[in-house]
Parts: sequence; structure tokens; C-alpha cells
Amino acid sequence: PVLFDDLAAHLFKLNYSAEQEYPDLSQHNNHMAKVLTPEMYAQLRDKETPSGFTLDDVIQTGVDNPGHPFIMTVGCVAGDEETYEVFKDLLDPVIEDRHGGYKPTDKHKTDLNAENLQGGDDLDPNYVLSSRVRTGRSIRGFCLPPHCSRGERRGIEQLSIEALDSLEGDLKGKYYALKNMTEEEQQQLIDDHFLFDKPVSPLLLASGMARDWPDARGIWHNDNKTFLVWVNEEDHLRVISMQKGGNMREVFNRFCTGLTKIEDLFKDRGHEFMWNEHLGYVLTCPSNLGTGLRAGVHVKLPHLSKHEKFGEILKRLRLQKRGTGGVDTAAVGGVFDISNADRLGFSEVELVQMVVDGVNLLVNMEKRLESGDGIDDLMPEQK
Amino acid sequence: MPFGNTHNNFKLNYKVEEEYPDLSKHNNHMAKVLTKELYGKLRDKQTSSGYTLDDVIQTGIDNPGHPFIMTVGCVAGDEESYEVFKDLLDPVISDRHGGYKPTDKHKTDLNFENLKGGDDLDPNYVLSSRVRTGRSIKGYTLPPHNSRGERRAIEKLSIEALTSLEGEFKGKYYPLKSMTDAEQEQLINDHFLFDKPVSPLLTCAGMARDWPDGRGIWHNDDKTFLVWVNEEDHLRVISMQKGGNMREVFRRFCVGLQKIEEIFKKHNHGFMWNEHLGYILTCPSNLGTGLRGGVHVKLPKLSTHAKFEEILTRLRLQKRGTGGVDTASVGGVFDISNADRLGSSEVEQVQLVVDGVKLMVEMEKKLEKGEAIDSMIPAQK
Repeated sequence: PVLFDDLAAHLFKLNYSAEQEYPDLSQHNNHMAKVLTPEMYAQLRDKETPSGFTLDDVIQTGVDNPGHPFIMTVGCVAGDEETYEVFKDLLDPVIEDRHGGYKPTDKHKTDLNAENLQGGDDLDPNYVLSSRVRTGRSIRGFCLPPHCSRGERRGIEQLSIEALDSLEGDLKGKYYALKNMTEEEQQQLIDDHFLFDKPVSPLLLASGMARDWPDARGIWHNDNKTFLVWVNEEDHLRVISMQKGGNMREVFNRFCTGLTKIEDLFKDRGHEFMWNEHLGYVLTCPSNLGTGLRAGVHVKLPHLSKHEKFGEILKRLRLQKRGTGGVDTAAVGGVFDISNADRLGFSEVELVQMVVDGVNLLVNMEKRLESGDGIDDLMPEQK
Repeated sequence: MPFGNTHNNFKLNYKVEEEYPDLSKHNNHMAKVLTKELYGKLRDKQTSSGYTLDDVIQTGIDNPGHPFIMTVGCVAGDEESYEVFKDLLDPVISDRHGGYKPTDKHKTDLNFENLKGGDDLDPNYVLSSRVRTGRSIKGYTLPPHNSRGERRAIEKLSIEALTSLEGEFKGKYYPLKSMTDAEQEQLINDHFLFDKPVSPLLTCAGMARDWPDGRGIWHNDDKTFLVWVNEEDHLRVISMQKGGNMREVFRRFCVGLQKIEEIFKKHNHGFMWNEHLGYILTCPSNLGTGLRGGVHVKLPKLSTHAKFEEILTRLRLQKRGTGGVDTASVGGVFDISNADRLGSSEVEQVQLVVDGVKLMVEMEKKLEKGEAIDSMIPAQK
């Protein structure tokens, strides 16, 4: 392969001492800032992955975004699969801190067999308004969104379109490229809550993920509007299965079937998903490693959400709450987005099971509180 | 640098067609010039600090066009960018700077004595006068590309230079990162404080990285001479005061700039300059003098006259709102400044402002009396 003329050029900054280059993290509160000492910076600063991603590239988003008021952000991203190896001295402690003590020697289990889920088809639709499972996938051989070139991004889009266009039956659908969507298509996708916009979050912008927007970005969905794939947003692929009501089992079933089919189609074309037995599925943000899975429901919990033990209950159930606009939004009308908190160290089936069992319990608690009864006997153990 | 594919070693494995940006919806100087062939020719080049074509053009790809202003759509990452990527930047410069040719020479004249008049613009109309420019320090890369170490070194040098100034230039440096609330409030009230850039034109070029590290504001005790460190350029130098004495503003500007330059030269870090492009700055639109000399002036009647735009064009002036570029005028008060930067000297550009504003104020007075101004319409300068 043709390479750029060499290290010397972009290592101009190595003429400065590590102290002179080390970022000022004194006002910062994110995982990267907690881990990156001056010594570690000095040790890693002249390293790069084969595609040319450097330590400064990894950490720029965390340097530019000192901290989120309510959420401990990660503050670093991967530019390619090798980032997690070349910069393991930084990323392993970040991963450990973020993923509940996950060790560099731990193994991650993948289980996309929907039959292994118990129950989940009968969450009470009077409370559970909708069910959704999402994950991300990266295509081996391409750099990740913070670093990929236009040629790579278009290559990913091309491959994705070919794979998705060959899906059939319940999964048969269509691709809508962001750059040449008609006004009507755009409006429909907005009404369906499918359309994704150019990122505005400085967390994403500062890592370079919005470059060349909207080139090679697009949305694919099946005709039934229950299976959706985002191409080249924060990850190469984001895969989403969703429907109204509380049949999480069906949502997960379609999720697993669809994902497995897509993976086969990519393999047929000589491309795998990035995966290894330590980190599971490799994604742009270290917070999404492992399963990359967020399974959740929109559920009405107006009484329970005001109960003083609500936070504690969620914690014990290994769940988290968000507003119905997604991350960083507030709840509206007592309706919350409740999803699994974990990503790495548990399988897909295990995480969805936690959501199913946990939400069932939360709904029972809500019903108790509605009748004016207590819920102390229902308090769960720490899972 | 972190804007992704600076050193994406794989992109040259992709064909030119695959990497060439989609500029079909774009309207900026870069998009007008950068053909696929030119992209193919330049895409494997880099400056000795590692700045590539994709770095130069990223801001123009990410910002297809400004509704009212033809943006430049490309930036320099270091002094050499203008040489290594001349096949792109020369035509951009020519288009932006009124046909300026690759063989043209630029004249620098910071001798304020050469300005004629300018001390008596009518303060009933001219509320304030201001001259700004930028300077880049040789030996460092520019804000889209510089590392934290470089930026801090620029800051340190600048502090040394500025704090050694005396007399009317005696002043103090306020680093953005350790400003007290009181200091911040005062700087806002004085209209001195600059914020982290929010314009995507700047953020997409990487100029806001590591904010607010290495950034700060220096001003003299009199609050008439101000230097911004490490914003869009290494240094932005501003001379300003209330009222219409542009001559005094320009005097202080020239004297201050020259004092600062001497100190930098002593440290073997003069300003980036060459006889073709004049002062080298981050944005190609600021090459030459980098100078914007302007006034805030009340022109409620003239500004609604059918020939207002034409008059400005002929006087080689431009209008902005009083919040600066991309703002609207308020209460008939306009920011009027020179349109040119390259191909004419500092003295010449300020002369255009002085003469032009004088004329426009006289036109305003005529219109106030209900008289016509047709006989006063100037020839094209």
C-alpha cells in the first residue's frame, strides 16, 4: 500500500517535551482525564496505529469536553480496531472503570440466540408503550468514524447497501441516502422517528465524526418499519429493532435474526464485523464495547419515578433511565426510557433478560403504588 | 491532527474518484477551484509539518456555503501550505483578492505619517474607530494544525513581548483559562473578550481544539490597544477608541505593531511575511495586510438609499452589522470597513476608509436636509 511519507512529518510536535504537550485536565471530569497521567502521556505520545491514529486523536474529544453535568463521559474514542491494542495502557483502565471492573484478562460472551430469552412477550402495554433494541457494528478493514476517509466511508456505505438490499421477507426494505433524500422521504422518516441528523453534540464533533456530512450517510429500514439501520453515523452501522407495545421478545427475535443475516451477507462479501473474545464487538466509543446493546422500553411510571427509592431500584436491577428523547433528555408525562446499564461482560440475552424482568417488576411496583399500597416487599436484590 | 484523516495511511489505497469530495451543493472559493484532477494531483502532498490537502479543504467541505457571503472554504496549517498547495490556493487568492496574480508583489506600509487627514471624522456620526490585523509567528504551525506545545510556546513568547511594552502600551495579559469572574465581566463590558469559536467555519478547521488552553487577551491600561492570542490567528492586534479620530487609532496601531515585531525578532521569531503574499495568516482572505480598518457610523438615511451598495462598492468598502461579520445593523448604525486586504498597503486601505466615510457622512447630512446626492456619487476606486 502507498503510505504517506512518514512519521517525521506529523511528529513535529515531538520536538516539544511531554510536559509541554500534556493537556491541561485540571478542570476535567471524564474517564480519560481520570486515567491519563503525564507519565502515561509521555509513554504513548509517539505511538500510532497502522492507519495513523495517534494518542492525541484518541483523547481530543475528552480534552475539548471537560465534563458533562450529570453523566461521566468517556472522553476518548477509537479510530480503528488496533486503537484498543496500541493504546491499551490508557483504554484498559478506562474500560475497567466504565464497565464495572472488567479486567484486561476477562472474556466477553456473545449470545444472539433469541430462544435463550425467557418470557418477554407480555410486558403490560398499558404501561409499556414501546420496545426497542439497538446495537452497533464495525466492519473489519475500515477505519472508524473519527478517522475514516471519504473513500473508506463510501466503501462502507456501498457494502452496506448491497448487504441490506438482499434481505427478504419481514426484513425486506429500502435505503435512503442522506444526501439525496426527497423532501417527502425526509418528512416521512422524521414522522417515523427514524431520521438521524448531523451530530451537534460537541462530544461527537470534537472527535471528527461529522466530517464530510452528509456524504455516505444513510438510513435503511424494512417495509414494516420495525428494523432500521443507520449507516456511518457514530459507528459504521447502528442496528435497531423496534415496535409499539411490550413484546420485547419479538423485538429481540427480529434483532437477532436480522443481525445474523446481515453478518452472513457481509461475510459472503469478504468482510467480517470487528470482534474479539476479550472486548466483544469493537465500536467507536469504549462505552459501547461488548454487546454494544441497549435494550429499552418507553414505560409509564409516574408514581414509581417519584418514589425515593427509584434510583436505588434501578441500580439494583442494573437498569438506567433516560428521558424519552434519548440520552441527555428529560422524562415527559411520567414516561421514561428504561434500558440496561451494562454493555460488556454480559451477553445480549442476559442484558435483554434484565430489561424484561426488571421492567416487569417496575410495572408491578407502579400498580401497587397506584392502589396506594407499599412496595417494600418487592425491593430486589443487587443483580 | 485530530480531524481524522490527516494521517489516514489507507486513503491513498482508494482511487481519486473515491476520495474526491462531493462539492455539488457547494458555493465557496475552494469548491470553485478544486477539480477532481487537481485533487488527484495534490492529494498525496504534505507540508513538512504534515499538513495535507484534506486538512486544507475540510472546512470548505463541511460548510457548503454561506447565504450571503462567499466563504473561502480552505485554510493554511503553516507557512508552507501556501507553497505546497499553490495550485489550489493561487486561484483561490486570485478570485478572492480581485485578480491578484501569482507573480504580483504586495506592498507593506505601516508608516502612519503617510496617511492624509483622518483625525476629524464627525463624531456626531462616527461613534467609534478601529483597526485590526493578524500576525503569524515564524517557526510555528497555524491554529488549525498547531499542537498544545506550540500554542503554549506562542502564548509564552507573546506574553514576554507584550509585557515589556511601556508608556501608552503598558498593559496586562489575561489568560482565558484562569480569568476571574470579575475580570471576565470587565472584559465583556469593554467588548474585549473573545469566546470559544462557535462558527462551524472555524470549528471544522480545528481551530478550537484544546480550548481555552494557550488563549488569552492582552490590553493596555488605556484600553485602546488589544491583542488576542491564539484565536483564529497567532495574534490579532486591535487599536480602537470612541469617536472619529481614525488617524490616532492608526498611529497607535502602527507604532504598537512595530514595537511588538521588534521584540519577536529579537527572539528569532519574526512575523511570517513574504513579498508576494505580505503577512501570512490562517485564512487566505486575510493575506496581505490582514487589515480591517473600520468605523461604527450612523447612516440611517444613506443606508436605505437605492445606491448605497453601489457607493460602497465604488469606495471599496464593505458594511457589516455592529456585532461584526454575519450580524445585522441596529438603529441605522453600520460597521463600515475596507474590503481589500491584498494588493494595497495598510496606509492605502485606511486612506480609503477615511476618505470614504467622510464622503458618506456628507451624503447622510445632505439626505437629512432632503437634498439629493447624485452629484456626489464617486467613481470606482
